[in-house]
Amino acid sequence: MSKIKGAMTDELKKYCVGIAGCGGLGSNCAVALSRVGIGRLIIVDYDVVNKSNLNRQYYFIDQIGRKKTAALMETLRRINPDVRVTAYDRPLAPQDVLPVFGNCDVIVEALDDREMKRMLIETILSELPGKPLVIASGLAGWGNNNALTTRTMDNVYVCGDETSEAGDDMPPLAPRVGIVANMQANQVLEILLGAMK
Amino acid sequence: MRINLNNRYEEFEGEQMTITDLLRIKNFSFRLLVIKVNGRLVRREEYDMTVIRDGDRVAVVHLVSGG
Repeated sequence: MSKIKGAMTDELKKYCVGIAGCGGLGSNCAVALSRVGIGRLIIVDYDVVNKSNLNRQYYFIDQIGRKKTAALMETLRRINPDVRVTAYDRPLAPQDVLPVFGNCDVIVEALDDREMKRMLIETILSELPGKPLVIASGLAGWGNNNALTTRTMDNVYVCGDETSEAGDDMPPLAPRVGIVANMQANQVLEILLGAMK
Repeated sequence: MRINLNNRYEEFEGEQMTITDLLRIKNFSFRLLVIKVNGRLVRREEYDMTVIRDGDRVAVVHLVSGG
């Protein structure tokens, strides 16, 4: 077991994963990938930590008001200082996608707004065709575990139920957001390490 | 015609249809979609002009907010 674990850890150190967005999906996905010892993470977000984020995002009371990229970087370092983290504190524009994520082995779409999701996905599909892309769609609310799935289409992986939209009566909450964020991290591992035997 | 829609084979009447036809027939009324035909991205402004034929592989992803 320890030999396998050592080989897996050595393998993961070779790879770089880009995460677009450091909200509920991005912060939890980054934590999972750091714990398993990914080599490098590139994280992007323009927002600051707000009290209302703490119901699902991997931040703490004493980080309220801080830039999400800086706060997350600090948390990741406390978990696993071997992970090299590069942070971009800015909104993601189409022209940023290639320079920021071009060298990543896998890209994780972890944005909140569906228009932003669409912009990122379309830009990656046209400018980085073939790049493995793990997206999330449909994770608001609670319960209904079995509706959450991963759908594969060529190099695009869709995690979530593709239905539950966040709104006033349907807030994104820690359990379901965390499940989908970890499904994304789990899919990244499968892409990098191959399917489990 | 028979196409592979989201990894499942489905039969449709006729020899061909546009993406717009497909969305109407399948009742895909979500405003935000990402569509690939045979692995290639089809943008929203191309839905009326892009023709699907027998044997094509079509992927439709619904995008909803939340994260």
